[in-house]
Amino acid sequence: MPSLSQESRQGLTLLSPTLAYALVMLAAPLAMVVMFSFWTQDYLDLDKTFTLANYREAWTQPIFQVLMWRSLKISLIVTTTTVILAFPIAYYLSFHVRSRKALWLFLITVPFWTSYLLRVFLWKVILGYNGVLNSALINLGIIDEPLTFILYNANAVVLTLAHAWAPFAILPIFIALEKIDRSLLEAAEDLGDGPLRRFWRITLPLAMPGVVAATLIVLIPTVGDYITPKLVGGTDGLMVANMIQIQFGKANNAPLGAALAVSSMIVVAAISIGIYFAGKKFGGKVK
Amino acid sequence: MRGFGKFISSKWLVVYAVAYMLFLYAPVILLPLFAFNDATIVAFPLTGFTTKWFDLLWTTDALHGAVRNSGFVALSTALISTFLGACAARSAANYSFPGQKGVMGFIMLPLVLPEIIVAVALLVMLMQLGMSLSLWTVIAGHVLICTPFSIAILSSAFAGMESSLEEASFDLGETRWGTFRRVTLPLIMPGVISSLLITFTISLDEFIISFFLTGTDVTLPVYIWSQLRFPSKLPSVMALGTILLAVSVGLLIVAEVFRRRATRRQGMDAGSTQGLV
Repeated sequence: MPSLSQESRQGLTLLSPTLAYALVMLAAPLAMVVMFSFWTQDYLDLDKTFTLANYREAWTQPIFQVLMWRSLKISLIVTTTTVILAFPIAYYLSFHVRSRKALWLFLITVPFWTSYLLRVFLWKVILGYNGVLNSALINLGIIDEPLTFILYNANAVVLTLAHAWAPFAILPIFIALEKIDRSLLEAAEDLGDGPLRRFWRITLPLAMPGVVAATLIVLIPTVGDYITPKLVGGTDGLMVANMIQIQFGKANNAPLGAALAVSSMIVVAAISIGIYFAGKKFGGKVK
Repeated sequence: MRGFGKFISSKWLVVYAVAYMLFLYAPVILLPLFAFNDATIVAFPLTGFTTKWFDLLWTTDALHGAVRNSGFVALSTALISTFLGACAARSAANYSFPGQKGVMGFIMLPLVLPEIIVAVALLVMLMQLGMSLSLWTVIAGHVLICTPFSIAILSSAFAGMESSLEEASFDLGETRWGTFRRVTLPLIMPGVISSLLITFTISLDEFIISFFLTGTDVTLPVYIWSQLRFPSKLPSVMALGTILLAVSVGLLIVAEVFRRRATRRQGMDAGSTQGLV
């Protein structure tokens, strides 16, 4: 290592406890998961010979393929829905609210601090056969029979996750919109651009870094969500995280679980990189 | 602002914003409703007002154990991750060295990594090392995911700090540690308190990592998860959830007050969103 300046050394020294923690508790465990995924387990005995059998199983067995596809599909739908729903709110906050922005932001984050488990559970209460939504719609005379397509399937998972991740989508978009120089919009107006053109050619491209950040912040964690599919998903709503948990728990096959975890991470990373570059192309520099 | 003006009028945006807030608050509003509802089944119509579900919580011993465990885990997590966060935030704000961006990115990684991956990875390592699961393994996981939040909060506290004050302190003969204790720490204190409260709240509510890494001592969310299976337990779970919501919101408001005090101390407009942005 080339000799570092005094400033560099001081900065590194200061960072060293945090870095050491991340190396021991994040890098090492992640490396071990990768290692584990190349081993095999027979009940309690761990066979440490290198094998690709777990990956072969993870990528070819129909049950795993179905779960992986479904997780990706649900996550992509959730992400699109959440970001599209979040954009107008962020836009409203940034362009229309004048003095109470901080209060609005606070109010948006409050529901996020209710126990996640209970929030998901309460969606079950809302969407159930005799749930809040169905009884309200029946009382209003809008429907005669309770709707059944809203619980214990992928729809319920999408709705619940879109709710849970809303603040994470709103905040980055809001921050990007706040950074837009308002005089650019005035200049466009002076030059004869209508509202729609102005939005499409100035606001949206300049907000793109926020939209991309929101997309990634929602997409990556939702692929690995465990609670929501388990509580409101029914059998058709289960996702890959539930399978990972089963492999580590009941099935007692940690190496296969590790291979599933690594596989889903690779797939998500690939998609994220794709989204990042697509955003860069549309919006210019994405930070 | 006229920006989108004629295309979508401001009026429709307000309607949308209100509808969206209703969607966000729908489950939150139900929580206290069912906690005070005099029926064993969690469904409408409401049957009457009662506080018996809250009374029940006082006599449930398993719950008290979970509360103690969660308190211990959340307090330890808050202290450790705020310390680690302060080191990293200070280093990022005041120093630069080769590879800093990459290193910081790596430390912030748990923010976007699916929690199940973090949980599984830690579990695999503990299994390999032959360590048994305990509250400390839960703390280890919580610290990992809370530190990035702490860094985000403390970065703005350090970025807004006038470094000339520290230099003056050195010039006047104060030691490094003395300067930290008597100049730096008081200046960043609001940020530190805000970080402690936020990380405490996150840890209190964290489920997936606790679920994987908990041994025989369960934390509060793991306890709640076990109760969700029994329909007869649900009303008291609603009562518990209501208390937790009140505690979280209380802590958040205090955290927000300190965040604003931090921005005001740095001469920014306290009502603005600058500290967040």
